[in-house]
Amino acid sequence: MTAIAPYRSPASAGGAGFRPVGSSAALRAEWTKFRTVRGWVIGALVAVLATAGLGVLASSGGQSACQAAGSQGQGSGGSCQHGMYFTLGPDGEPVSDSFYFVGQPLAGDGSITVRVTSLTGLVQPASGPDNGAGAGTVPGVEPWAKAGLIIKANLIQGSAYAAIMVAGGHGVRMQWNYTGDTAGMTGAVGPDSPRWLRLSRSGDVITGYDSADGTRWSRVGSVTLAGLPRAPQAGLFAASPDYTHVGEGFGGGTSSGGGPTRDTAVFDRLTTADGWTAGPWAGRYVGTPEIPGIVGYHHAGGTFTLTGMGDIAPIAAGHGGPADPAVTVSDYLVGTFAGLIAIVVVAALFVTAEYRRGLIRLTFAATPARGRVLAAKAVVVAAVGFVAGLLGAAVAVLAGEAITRARGYYAFPVSGMAEARVIVGTGLLTALFGVLALAIGTIVRRSAATIAAAIVVIVLPYFVAVFAAVPLSAGDWLLRILPAAGFALQQPYPAYGQVTMFYAPFSGYFPLAPWAGLAVLAAWTAAALALAACLLRRRDA
Amino acid sequence: MEATIEVTGLRKRFGPAQALDGMTFTVAPGQVTGFVGPNGAGKSTTMRVVLGLDAPDEGTALVNGKPYRQLKSPLSHLGALLDAAALQPSRSARNHLLWLAHSQGLSGRRVDEVIGLTGLAAVAKRKAGGYSLGMRQRLGIAAALLGDPPALMMDEPFNGMDPEGIAWMRTFLRGLAAEGRAVLVSSHLMSELQDTADHLVVAGRGKVIADRSVADLIAAASGERVRLRTTARADAMRVLANAGAEVAATAPDVLTVARLSSERVVAALTAEQVPFSEVSAHRASLEEAYMELTRDAVEFRAGAPS
Repeated sequence: MTAIAPYRSPASAGGAGFRPVGSSAALRAEWTKFRTVRGWVIGALVAVLATAGLGVLASSGGQSACQAAGSQGQGSGGSCQHGMYFTLGPDGEPVSDSFYFVGQPLAGDGSITVRVTSLTGLVQPASGPDNGAGAGTVPGVEPWAKAGLIIKANLIQGSAYAAIMVAGGHGVRMQWNYTGDTAGMTGAVGPDSPRWLRLSRSGDVITGYDSADGTRWSRVGSVTLAGLPRAPQAGLFAASPDYTHVGEGFGGGTSSGGGPTRDTAVFDRLTTADGWTAGPWAGRYVGTPEIPGIVGYHHAGGTFTLTGMGDIAPIAAGHGGPADPAVTVSDYLVGTFAGLIAIVVVAALFVTAEYRRGLIRLTFAATPARGRVLAAKAVVVAAVGFVAGLLGAAVAVLAGEAITRARGYYAFPVSGMAEARVIVGTGLLTALFGVLALAIGTIVRRSAATIAAAIVVIVLPYFVAVFAAVPLSAGDWLLRILPAAGFALQQPYPAYGQVTMFYAPFSGYFPLAPWAGLAVLAAWTAAALALAACLLRRRDA
Repeated sequence: MEATIEVTGLRKRFGPAQALDGMTFTVAPGQVTGFVGPNGAGKSTTMRVVLGLDAPDEGTALVNGKPYRQLKSPLSHLGALLDAAALQPSRSARNHLLWLAHSQGLSGRRVDEVIGLTGLAAVAKRKAGGYSLGMRQRLGIAAALLGDPPALMMDEPFNGMDPEGIAWMRTFLRGLAAEGRAVLVSSHLMSELQDTADHLVVAGRGKVIADRSVADLIAAASGERVRLRTTARADAMRVLANAGAEVAATAPDVLTVARLSSERVVAALTAEQVPFSEVSAHRASLEEAYMELTRDAVEFRAGAPS
């Protein structure tokens, strides 16, 4: 026996066979592992199909809310399917653009100044929504009732504008192009606390100022209205949006109602300067008032009194709002949770199956750096999850929109950026939830327990919050602090502070901003991975 | 001789059970080392410690002079078969070897080589879940050979094999040792290692009871005993006992005689006219040697957990 020379592999002696073994080898091994188990590949495909398929199904299913379709701008006479119509703003977003206007075209650069001494109105009684009795029956001002100065490209609905105004419950605001909103002076307007407002034009730039006394002015903001015509409309306006009531029903359910309101604003000291010379002022309603015969103005001794209805603001998508029956991007994405469950199961099995069979020992014998194994598995799961979520969401959203339009329903428009973020975000969401499930699987080491835990941690809070099984405030907290915060990535439409709406998860609005939600989910995932890596190193395999 | 696996003073406790209690041995190249002992003697735990899977409370385990976990491309230093059932059942045998090859920076060509070496070519594309235990053992050996390592370590590789498989495995292991590789093979049945192992490490209750070459062990167990073939067994036993011998019947017409040389056995039987047909020096089987050895280790026999 001693005569036998110790074995030397011809490969290692020649130096040809063995390449340096590092992270890339571990990654390649884990990818080979993943793709060679048919059930896991099918699971990933199921995730794509579930995410895409349920969305497509949702958009081709009946839209039972249809008969409640509200419409704006073209009256309510249209058919259910084709009647829904919204004015679009300069950026393509649906907007309300309906207000009483007293003004005239003013050419070139110049400025316009006015004093507001009063803003009053009529609102709906507290007992419930008005049912056709008129635009409000009790004194009061809607918080977002508005009156002030406006410079607007023309009097066609949806055209570009900049305005400075007093708002019923929000002090002085400068707003522009429907979505822009900046706060000026605080406090309510009244005879003892008048507000001076000024807009000045210089080329495409409009600057707004406010003042309490007409001598000391502060700049509220400057905005650029690209392509503003030489002689835009300038003047006074008044508008008062519909009252929206949202009540929380028993067990967290919600109900909503609403109706029209009106406001009346008193202006004086209307002057033009810096190049503008005003001719006679003329009043008209832009758009169609919800209730005719209420809106109007009169002018006596330098005092203008305007009564307005309507709103100059973006339209918020979602339940309980004017666009309630519209099909939204959130509707297309209903399949996300099913896709997530599929990925979570696959990701959990990707590690727990190794523990169940004792295969993990072979894995660690081949790659003793256990953190490297975990990292390789995480990269594989993240890549598979990302692609599955991305593909599923892309098909769901793009096909969903096409089907909705083809069937004659109103697909609520979404900005290209938001749509891309929702699709990529669904990929990120799926990737991170997959990695979180993998980390839980590494900690727990048992398939059934891991899948149960992952679904409880990941999907349940989303369901509970979105389908309002708990009070809304509690649901909001679930979506702030739990991994389900990541669903914020799927919010397709911004929640507008200047539009009273019920911005709830079931309408596709989340308590955190998309990237903040992603950060919360990523933090959970990172923490779980760190714990998993620590346990992997400490425990015997 | 150059040691390829070196285990020194391993201690490990699992709760109340002292799994390893100072396990120390080395595995030399060019021979098959049998690692024997009853279930629970610490064989598998030792192997897991060698592979860096379990951390010992005390002691060291080195492969080619280094802790396993510090080896680059470890499968090219030590190939191991711990548990032939450790497979993803829905993955094919070839793909099982393929991910393992990829983890070492090896290609599919090496996979096909080891499939050929272990005689699995015809079934390599089938799901490993459908494999018999014997086929899984071959697959496990193929995995251990992927890195073409100078040392191999196998835990109970004969388990579940049919006689044909056992014969194949013996030849295969002997061939690997003949190439100069160090081969450590554990078993709880000494008979499995007959004609396979050159050297034995006998373990009991977490430590080494004996660490000797098989030749030495058999010689020691055989002692000065004499094997006697006779048709008059009762007479022979009486006569030899009177002459001061220790006599045991090992077959209907065979007696094993201790404490009496063959010359005196022949003289005593001839004097009493007891017929016999053969007197020869006794050669113990490996099994007997093992029993002999473990008979002395009383605490080991009494305390060996099942």
